[in-house]
Amino acid sequence: MSTFTQALGDGAVVAKRNLIKIKRVPDLLVFSTLSPIMFVLLFAYVFGGSIEIPGMDYREFLMAGIFAQTVIFGATITGSGLAEDMQKGVIDRFRSLPMARSAVLIGRTTSDLVNNALVIVVMSVTGLLVGWRIHSSFGEALAGFALLLLFAYAVSWGMAIVGLLVRSPEVFNNASFIVIFPLTFIANTFVQEGNLPGPLKTFAQWNPISAVTAAARELFGNTNPAFPAPDVWPLRHPVLTTLLWTVVLLLVFVPLATRQYRKAVSR
Amino acid sequence: MMARMAEAILAEGLVKRYGSVVALNGLDLAVPEGTVMGLLGPNGAGKTTAVRVLTTLLRADRGTARVAGLDVVADARELRGRIGLSGQYAAVDENLTGFENLDMVGRLYHLGRARSRERARELLERFDLVEAADRPVKGYSGGMRRRLDLAGALVARPSVLFLDEPTTGLDPRSRLGMWDVIAELVAGGTTLLLTTQYLEEADRLADRIAVIDHGRVIALGTADELKDQVGGERLELSVGSAQEAASARAALAPLAIGEIVLDERGHRLTVPVSGGAHVLVDGIRRLDAEAVKVLDIGLRRPTLDDVFLALTGHGAEERAEEERGA
Repeated sequence: MSTFTQALGDGAVVAKRNLIKIKRVPDLLVFSTLSPIMFVLLFAYVFGGSIEIPGMDYREFLMAGIFAQTVIFGATITGSGLAEDMQKGVIDRFRSLPMARSAVLIGRTTSDLVNNALVIVVMSVTGLLVGWRIHSSFGEALAGFALLLLFAYAVSWGMAIVGLLVRSPEVFNNASFIVIFPLTFIANTFVQEGNLPGPLKTFAQWNPISAVTAAARELFGNTNPAFPAPDVWPLRHPVLTTLLWTVVLLLVFVPLATRQYRKAVSR
Repeated sequence: MMARMAEAILAEGLVKRYGSVVALNGLDLAVPEGTVMGLLGPNGAGKTTAVRVLTTLLRADRGTARVAGLDVVADARELRGRIGLSGQYAAVDENLTGFENLDMVGRLYHLGRARSRERARELLERFDLVEAADRPVKGYSGGMRRRLDLAGALVARPSVLFLDEPTTGLDPRSRLGMWDVIAELVAGGTTLLLTTQYLEEADRLADRIAVIDHGRVIALGTADELKDQVGGERLELSVGSAQEAASARAALAPLAIGEIVLDERGHRLTVPVSGGAHVLVDGIRRLDAEAVKVLDIGLRRPTLDDVFLALTGHGAEERAEEERGA
């Protein structure tokens, strides 16, 4: 067996272990789904009436943004999960086994991907209930979901680094919240970035989260051809931009996370 | 060279520093195959660090170590497949059931699906965890967790087993249960390195004991050899008053082979003697002849506590208290 397939096999075993936790402690999944549902309802019914999106219904516009924000928050579980593992003895058991070093990270990011997929299903149903519709083909819609999950997967590896650095799930959760909340808001997720003031507008246009959101909107058919995207490269080519970001993030984060894991466990 | 081949564990000059703290200070250790070595020392003596180095979890700053013939650094991956480790804190996943924990460990040893399940069932049976097998570990008692953790260390039938303070924090009954389990394992021929701060535990389970303090071995031998280093037997007796103690002291002086020690209250005497039970009978006769009223008398061999005190100038428990207080 090659090192790579062994790492994947071991990663699958660790992923299964993490998924069993979702089954045993369902509160986790319930709460990670409840807050996006709350967001859908709040934005659709509280802000929806006041935010004008030219050429389309706000709820159509909103869903891709909420999806993007939710999967990014879903990716933070990788960091808190690893931080928690570091505090518990089970990591010592893993370390004493002849398993691939990267398996703990592969397993963690994989189970969080599955978790994100589950959350997306729940949210899609909520979205459909409040009036969101997909206007593209089945294949495009699927590609839209896949792109959201893929991007979040890459972000997971970044969260892994932070989680391994802080080693405390509480600290991690607080820290990730204050970074990710503005990051997902200074974007085209909930409003049109064109209406933001100067520097925020530029930030939002180049924010990868805007690209992911725009890509999902495009693939779900939640855009109006009469109102084209702003003349900034990432938003003109959101799918390609998202794919590029995903590749770059993985190329940077995977080796860094693996190195940080090695460092964190050899104390 | 043949002699070396028979060493299941061979460590030479291990040094590990954490900043200014020296955890290992030139530790040497040799454990022949199929024997049990007890690593005895107070908290902070370097026992856990030694185990972590020998089980590839930690890299020493200096020195070399081979376990089961494999280098702990160069052959780390292969070595992990041949050893079992059960640490101070049970390394089990609380959200998984006992069965799921062992099954997962089996899969990560690459035993394959069927073999992992089979082995998990076997071990649950052996460690008396069948009833709890399908309950999440969260609800297990401390003793059950330790047994499960030990079972985890045995999944791949390791030839060398490391147990780091296997009974620390267990209630007396669970401790006795754990001792039985370990004794049974050892009878099966597994090489075992056991760390403990309980002198009784080392005495009971280990063939040979390495006393370790400040990161190095300060004494090595069987429990009996270590006890002999401190001196042989003592006659200990209690009397009702200081006056009686003085008469007892005079009566027993001819039997003493060293200084007779009186405790602070002056009611209890310790007389170094030699000659076994015979000397006890002789002592009682002499006391009777002087009409000394004895409340309690006995012949005592030194405990490992005495050994520790003699070797380090402080008791094992005492040092542990200090460390905790610091």
